[in-house]
Formats: sequence, C-alpha cells, structure tokens
Amino acid sequence: MFKSRDWSEFVITRIIKLTGYSTIIFVVLIFFFLLNEGFPTFIEVPFASLISDRWYPIEGYYGILPLLIGSLVVTVGATTIAIPVGLCTAIFISEISPRWLRDILKPAVEILGGIPSVVLGFLGIIVLSPYLRVLLNLPTGLSAFTGAVLLAAMSLPTIVSIADDALDAVPRSYRNASLALGATDWQTIWNVTVPAARSGILTAFMLGIGRTIGETMTVMMVTGNAPVLFKGFLSFLYPVRTMTATIAAEMGEVATGSIHYHILFFIGIILFLFSLVINITASAVVFRQHKKVEKILS
Amino acid sequence: MFKVNLSTPQSRLTIQKIGYLSLTLIAILTVVPIIAIVVHIFIQGFSAISWEFLTGFPKDGMRAGGIFPAIVGTFYLTLGTAIFSIPISIGAAVYLSEYASENRWTQIIRIAIINLAGIPSVVYGLFGLGLFVIFLQFGTSILAGCLTLSIMTLPIFISTAEEAMRSVPQSFRVVSISLGASQWQTIRRIVLPQAQPGILTGVILGLERAVGETAPILFTAAAFFLPQLPNSAFDATMALPYHLFVISTQVPGMPVNLQYGTALVLLLFILGMNILATLVRSHARKQRQW
Amino acid sequence: MQKFILAGFVFLIWMNGGCINSSGRNDQDISSSTDKYIENKGSDTIVNLALAWAEEYQKSNQDTRVSVTGGGSGTGIAALINGTVDIANASRRMKSEEYENAEANGIEPHEFIIAKDAIAVIVNHANPIDKLTLEQISDIYSGKIRNWSVLGGEDLPIVLLSRETNSGTHVYFLEEVLRLGDKNNPTLFSRDTLLLPSSEGISSEIRLNPNAIGYDGLGYVTPDLKVIAIAKDPGAAYILPTPETVIGNTYPIARDLYMYTNGAPSGAVEEYINWIFTPDAQNIVSELGFIPIVNP
Repeated sequence: MFKSRDWSEFVITRIIKLTGYSTIIFVVLIFFFLLNEGFPTFIEVPFASLISDRWYPIEGYYGILPLLIGSLVVTVGATTIAIPVGLCTAIFISEISPRWLRDILKPAVEILGGIPSVVLGFLGIIVLSPYLRVLLNLPTGLSAFTGAVLLAAMSLPTIVSIADDALDAVPRSYRNASLALGATDWQTIWNVTVPAARSGILTAFMLGIGRTIGETMTVMMVTGNAPVLFKGFLSFLYPVRTMTATIAAEMGEVATGSIHYHILFFIGIILFLFSLVINITASAVVFRQHKKVEKILS
Repeated sequence: MFKVNLSTPQSRLTIQKIGYLSLTLIAILTVVPIIAIVVHIFIQGFSAISWEFLTGFPKDGMRAGGIFPAIVGTFYLTLGTAIFSIPISIGAAVYLSEYASENRWTQIIRIAIINLAGIPSVVYGLFGLGLFVIFLQFGTSILAGCLTLSIMTLPIFISTAEEAMRSVPQSFRVVSISLGASQWQTIRRIVLPQAQPGILTGVILGLERAVGETAPILFTAAAFFLPQLPNSAFDATMALPYHLFVISTQVPGMPVNLQYGTALVLLLFILGMNILATLVRSHARKQRQW
Repeated sequence: MQKFILAGFVFLIWMNGGCINSSGRNDQDISSSTDKYIENKGSDTIVNLALAWAEEYQKSNQDTRVSVTGGGSGTGIAALINGTVDIANASRRMKSEEYENAEANGIEPHEFIIAKDAIAVIVNHANPIDKLTLEQISDIYSGKIRNWSVLGGEDLPIVLLSRETNSGTHVYFLEEVLRLGDKNNPTLFSRDTLLLPSSEGISSEIRLNPNAIGYDGLGYVTPDLKVIAIAKDPGAAYILPTPETVIGNTYPIARDLYMYTNGAPSGAVEEYINWIFTPDAQNIVSELGFIPIVNP
C-alpha cells in the first residue's frame, strides 16, 4: 500500500513538472515555427528590396519599411495620449480619490479593458472616423490618429491598473516623512511617491506599449491601410498601414510556401521579437524593484 | 516685472488645488468615454435584440434573422479553450507555487509566461494557421481555433492560479504534512480546494479575453456563413467577434441596428463574465478560512 | 461547487443539441453521414452571391450543406491549391504561377464562368463629377491628378479607395484601368491609396466622405452611391454600367466571375455547379446586381 502511493505520487509530480516546463516549450515552439516559415525570406527577397519603401507584394515589391513606420507612428501616437492620461488617472485613483470613488473607478477602467478590439474598431468606423474627418477637416477619417485614439483607449486600463498597484506599494512612511517636513500632498506625490514607484510605473508604460504594438483588428478597421512613409508631423492625420493589419489582411490569400507567405511570417517574427524585448525589459525592471524593496525593508 | 514666489505656503496650496483639479478632470476624461461607449451601444443595439435574434439563423445574406450560430460558435470555442488550457495551466501553477525552487530555470519559466502574454494576437493566429491548420492538417476547424486560443490564454490562467495558491497560508500545508500527508495529497486535498475561488476567477477572466478575440480565429476557425451548427470539432464555425467584423465591413446594405445588436450581445457576454468573476471574488473573500 | 459547474456545462450542451432553430429545419440535430458538404471560399465580390445561392440551393436540397467564406480571390485560389476547399470563387482568372503551384500540389483546376460583373467607379452623392475617361481614372489612381478641381469639380483632395492586393477586383482594376489593358505598362497604384479589406468598407467610406473615389463590383453599389459613366477613349461615348451595356460589351470595364474546382466536379459539387447555370440560380444573379451568364 505504501509502495503504490509512492509510485502514483512520483508520476504525478513528473507530470506537474512537465506542465510547468511546457510554457518554455510553447514559447520556443512558436519562435522556431515562425523562424522556420519566415527565414526563407532572407534567401528569396534581396535585402535592398526588403528595406525599400514600397509594399506591393503582388508585383514583387516587398519593402517592409512603410509597415514598420506605420506601426511605429500609431504606437507613438497612442502612447503619447495613453501615458500621461493613464499616469494621471492612476495617481488620482491611488492618491487623491476617496475610497468610494476608487471602488467605482477601478471596475470602470477594467470594463474598458474588457471591450473587445473589434467592438472598438466597429465604433471607430461608424462614429469616430466620420466625426474626426469633419472636426479636423481631413480628407478621410481613416487615419493613424483615429487608430491612435482607439489604441490609447485599449492600453489605458493596463497602464492605469499596473501604475496604481505600483503607487499603492510605496510605503506609507515615505509619504508621512515628506509631509512631516512640510511638503504639501501635491509636492509629496510628484517628488516622493511617483519617483519611488518609478520602476512599477515604467513597467506599466512598457506593457501598455506592448499591447499597442500588437493590436490588430482595431487598426485594420480604422487606419486606412495605406502603406506610406512618414512625411512630417502632419502625416499623423493621414492613413497608414501597420504590420499587424498587413498580416491579418493578407494571410488568408497566400499560397503556402510562396514568397508572400514567407515574408508575412517574417513580419510575424519582427512582432514577436518586439514583444520579447519589451517584456524582458519590463520584467527585468520589476525584478530589480523587488530586490531594492527587500533591501530597504530588511 | 514682478516675481511670483512659488514656495510660500499659499502658493503651494494653490498649486495643489490646481493640480488636483487637473487630475480630476483627466480622470473624468478617462471614465466618461467608457460610460458613453457602453451606453451608446446599448441604446443603438437594444432594438435589435429579440428572441428571434438570439436563437435564429442569419437570413437574406446576413441582413436579417439572427446570430444564433455565432453565439453557439463562440460558446464552443470558449469551452474547447477551457478544456485544453485549464489542466496545463493548473499543472504549471501548482509546479510554480508548490514545487519549484527559485533557481534560474524557474526564472526562465516565468519569463516564458510573461512572453506568452505579450505575443500579439495576430502572431498567435499566424502560428495557429501554420501549425494546426496546415502542418497538422486540422483545416479551418474549431479544434485549431481552440488550440490556438488555449496557448494564448495560458499565461492569464497560470498567473492567477499561482497567485491564488500562494495566498493559501503556509500553515495549512505544514499542518497537513505534519499529519502524515504527502505533498501531492496536501495539494490535492487542501491547497487546491482552498484556492479554487481564486482559480475560478482567473479562469473566467481568461475566457473573457478568449471570447472577444478575433485575430487568432481569423484563419484557424472562423467561417463567413455556415448553413448549420458545427457537427464536429473539425468543422469551421461562426463566432461573435468575427461575425461583427464581417457584418460591419463586408455585407452591403447591412442594417446598422443589427450591427449594434451584435456588438451589444458580445459586450453583454463580456460584461456578464466580468460581473461573474467579481461575484466569485467577493464570495470567496467572505468564505475564506483565513 | 464543481458539481454545479459540471451540471451547468452538461445542461448547456444538451440544450444546444436539442435546439430547434427558426430556419425551420428540425433535422439538424440528426447529422447523418450521408449529408453532402460543399466548401466554397474566395472572392469577396462573389461572396454575397455565393451566399444567396447556398441559401436557395439548400431550400430544395436538404441533404446538402454549402458553407461560404470570403477572404478575396487570392484566398480562395490558395485554398484550392492547398486542397482545403471544394470550390474556389474568383473575380479574376488564375495566374500562371498559381497554375504551376497547383500542378506541383497535384491539383488540376477546372474553370467555370458563373456570372458577369461590371466594375463601377463610385463617388459620393455630393460630388458634381459624373463622367470620366478611362485615362482620367488611371491618372487619378496613379496619383497624377490629386484634386477634384482639375476635373472640373470642387477644390477638394481626392481620396483613393481600393481593395486589398489579394482581391481579384484589385488585380483586374490594376490591369485593365491603371494599365489600360497594356501588359507592359508598369503603372502602379499611388502610394497614398487606401487598401481597404473589403468591398463594403469602400462603399461605407464613400457614403460618408465627399472626397473619396472608389471602385466596386456592381453588386455592391447601393442607390445612395453615385456611379460614374466611363468612356473607353477620349472621344467615345460615356457609358453607365448596366446589364445591357455589359452583355452588349459597350461598358469598358466588365469582367467574368469564376469558380474553380479540382478536376472535373463530381457528385454533390457537380450537381451544385450544374444548378448554378439554371434560370433559378441566374435570376438570383440579376437580383444581386450582377449580370447573368445565361439569359433567363
């Protein structure tokens, strides 16, 4: 009787260990699969063509520069809106608002995070795009700006909730010490609390950016999908084409194994690497924060 | 020319008042659009909701009739995702919480989880297309869609489950071991049941994300129109988010209120799951034995 | 707690299986293995027609199921080459590279012309322009003409709308309009062209935007959009797209719509394709704004 329990215990423990390591297996699997299907691009497409400024695959133009720039423009725009607004909202929720208001605001922001991207894209087409076209007198409302506004709305909940947690984690003693020295609450927030929480806040920003780069449906529906290069600040109000929208729009049509197929996987590799870099940086920042806090509290 | 002294107590208080006001306005700027979006969809879509809409098939090229197959499809995809993802996630969470020591390998696992969480949904779709649809020859099917979605939801399930298990006090485990139970018995009979509400919350929130995603199922599971409900896991299926995408961008002459109606149904699904998760969370807090 | 959830799931699954839907087919829950299943994929131009055909065909052939998906002509042809569909819908002919790929995969495409379509060039209702030559349209879309005032319209920038590159409609427009039918013409769409993922996307933007110009199959044109009359050459007459002008070959940009199968069709697929050439099916073609291949 003792023996059989040992045996089943042994098997179960091994299985559990396997599931734990399976996460690594999945990441590696995804990366190698993308690499396998995307690598032929280097052989099939001359490098000069790859970094050219024209994306028109059916005629052999495989320049991914407009797509990279498109993703970049929309991401920069969205983060420019989302970071200040998100940080201020997080500060408001964490430092200023009374308890009852906080209990309303936090769930409200979570709800925004739950709204599917296709619903926001739908509202973008029907409501936001025509409105912006009329308001700003643009040729068309399908632009990088429209995309940026909606993407800011999508990454806001991530930024707010993580920044709020970071601000919450700052020890009360910091604030009390500052107030004891005669600073106002306002001065305390900006000179003491926020700097103390800065790695957590930075993490919030990075994860928000990560969310924005990877967004697909919303940008596909409202950014106009024109593969152009950035021609100055005003280009922001004109259509662009992102990497994610390109994959989503063109993937269905490619014949397996064609050059177009390979280059779409190649774009997928680029997206994967972007998110990898952002996430590793963000988590490295968090690890350092934990170690620092442990040192201070010990 | 006059200089303003910004460090007198009055001016500091004034700055604070202005600052507080600005932050309040910004916070309102965040919340008002959220409420406006939800209310707008509700008002515009409400007229389309009817028993026929929810249980009928699309007619007249999608322009009339109901969205039943899309609702069912979403349900099947969610169910399949749960079936594949939950066992692996709980296993991984148990490993991280109960067995693993904080060495380099564990750190690598954690980084892997964070990365899975950050991969764009369209890259998952690409991966799912390449591996499940083409390489393993499942074709455009519920199976391919579920497998893709389940890898995507792994990180959410794992992190919430692990957190739930970690919050079970160590004393519970210690007492169990001291009574002669093995580690697995302790986990199975003490830790898991105690962590169950937390795990459940995580499951609901993770599935909530899977319900709303379009890009992963775009090439792995979704179909524009199916004349009947899917019969097997190898059939393609309609799904709510894909259906909304299709009727808002590809069907000419689509009545606007039906589009809003579909958006509303999707939104209600999501909000419903959100409320469910919150209820489970607060119920668990009351029931907690520590 | 767990038992409750399990019971809930079982209940929902049971509810599903036994559900009677409003389309009136009560035999849904009994899926017999003799059911014939046809998968139809491809052109977004054809998708609504294919959908209408599928609906109509299944009314009288209850043992056959036809599923329809869009994605563009390129999508359908790729799927045929990959061996994952029975019928590929295409609004353009298969290219020689695609025939080569098919051969390499052991697929033998058979072509059927199932309807005719006119490409309508559309503008917003408020736009005063109502006729253009093919060359003018080519200049507009290649970016040479950028403002409506050059053509006698208002002083507004021209916003170019197009389908995605995987669309057969796009390829046809590139070859026949931008390049004026000349295979050696290297003209490309202007870089500022918005490549929208669907025909309806074009229609809805034009409805809302007075600066926009777009092109679409006639089946996507609703009465609130303005269709431009087109002259083949600068001296020729300006023709509007209608069934008469297409069949009479006077409208310059009309094309055939295709369905491709792997090899000669047999069984359920053969019956379906035969049915498509019957007057019943071709009536539906007219109803949807396309031009029937068989005079009903």
